[in-house]
Amino acid sequence: MSSFLAIIRRDLRLAFRQGGDGAMAVMFFVLAALLFPFGIGPEPELLARVASGIIWVTALLAALLALDRMFQTDWEDGTLELIRLSPLPLELAVLAKCLSHWLVTGLPVLLATPLVALMLRLDPSGLPMLLLGLLLGTPVLSLFGAVGAALTLGARRGGVLVSLLVLPLEIPVLIFGVGAADAALSQDTGSAQLAILGALLAFALPLCPLAAAAALRQALE
Amino acid sequence: MRGEKRLFSGLDFQLPPGGALVLTGPNGSGKSSLLRLMAGFGRPVAGHFAWDGADVARDAEAHRARLHYVGHQDGLKPALTVAETLRFWAALGGCRLADPAAALAPLGLAALAETPCRFLSSGQRRRLALSRLAVRVAPLWLLDEPAVGLDSAALAALGAVIARHRAMGGSVVVSTHQGLAVDDAATLSLADFPWRGSDPAGLGW
Repeated sequence: MSSFLAIIRRDLRLAFRQGGDGAMAVMFFVLAALLFPFGIGPEPELLARVASGIIWVTALLAALLALDRMFQTDWEDGTLELIRLSPLPLELAVLAKCLSHWLVTGLPVLLATPLVALMLRLDPSGLPMLLLGLLLGTPVLSLFGAVGAALTLGARRGGVLVSLLVLPLEIPVLIFGVGAADAALSQDTGSAQLAILGALLAFALPLCPLAAAAALRQALE
Repeated sequence: MRGEKRLFSGLDFQLPPGGALVLTGPNGSGKSSLLRLMAGFGRPVAGHFAWDGADVARDAEAHRARLHYVGHQDGLKPALTVAETLRFWAALGGCRLADPAAALAPLGLAALAETPCRFLSSGQRRRLALSRLAVRVAPLWLLDEPAVGLDSAALAALGAVIARHRAMGGSVVVSTHQGLAVDDAATLSLADFPWRGSDPAGLGW
């Protein structure tokens, strides 16, 4: 357990000290969402109708930003070898990396969402469901992303490759995330979509670390 | 086997407690690959490694707990200080490091404890990587070219650290080209074991 926490603590410390990935993800999220009113026009009704979709797509892209570095830097400087040799099972080490990736990118995006929703004139009645959906969905993005990042470790232009691998996998998350928020806007509860997001998380939580750890073992041979 | 290339075969060696084995051989002869195999990164195509007669692959977790591996890469983060790096390594190994300075002292890094790693010279980075040996007791040390970049004082200090480890019954396998003096060590020259057909190799220490 102490090794699990040690990885998270170190990743957070690195993120705060270098100020890179986390701040970048949330700034990208806000700026990219801001582009839409310029692109499709500032009519409040139009924006309100597409707001949840815009927020989900930009959150998904923001989660992709730091993905290629999830294992890359540790692999390059040899830290990944030490993690592999630690008593902590590699699957749990991957889970720790996913959690710190989510804390650094997913959580700030979640916190910035009310602000962006306000800018895009999202009806306040849809906001709780949007946030709940993001709360369940963004960890899935980090987990799927870990598999992609582990598989492309060492590949040149890995960042682009990760995106190509991971984006199709994340489409269900997007569909049900937006679905939950839209259902809430049309006087439905949206609980069915939330349940499916929860199921996706329950599916990804054990399986993605297994797959990513297998890929990492391969990369370290 | 490294990639598609067969590196060596017919290796058979033993390492007693307190023993030392120096791997020699030209570049590309497989010194690093052998050390990585011993550490458990991948498996040999044929043969096995045994500890006290038991195949290490059968209980990989126990094997990881009993070894220290210092490879070519130092595993340092520019933004973390020397003490933070050492504390992270200790926690990763499942133990608490009460006094980083004590672990840093043998290789002469105690004064740099609060220095971020980005300000370290390459010799100092190497010394910090080797200081990892002090954070946790492990009976087997696998050192891949530990002497690279070290000055003569650091070399002598590393020699003393290894000697103390062996005096306490620990074993060490080290690949080295130059400089490092390891007393009464067995030498294994990988150039003497080129790959010849698929004869199974029984490896043990």
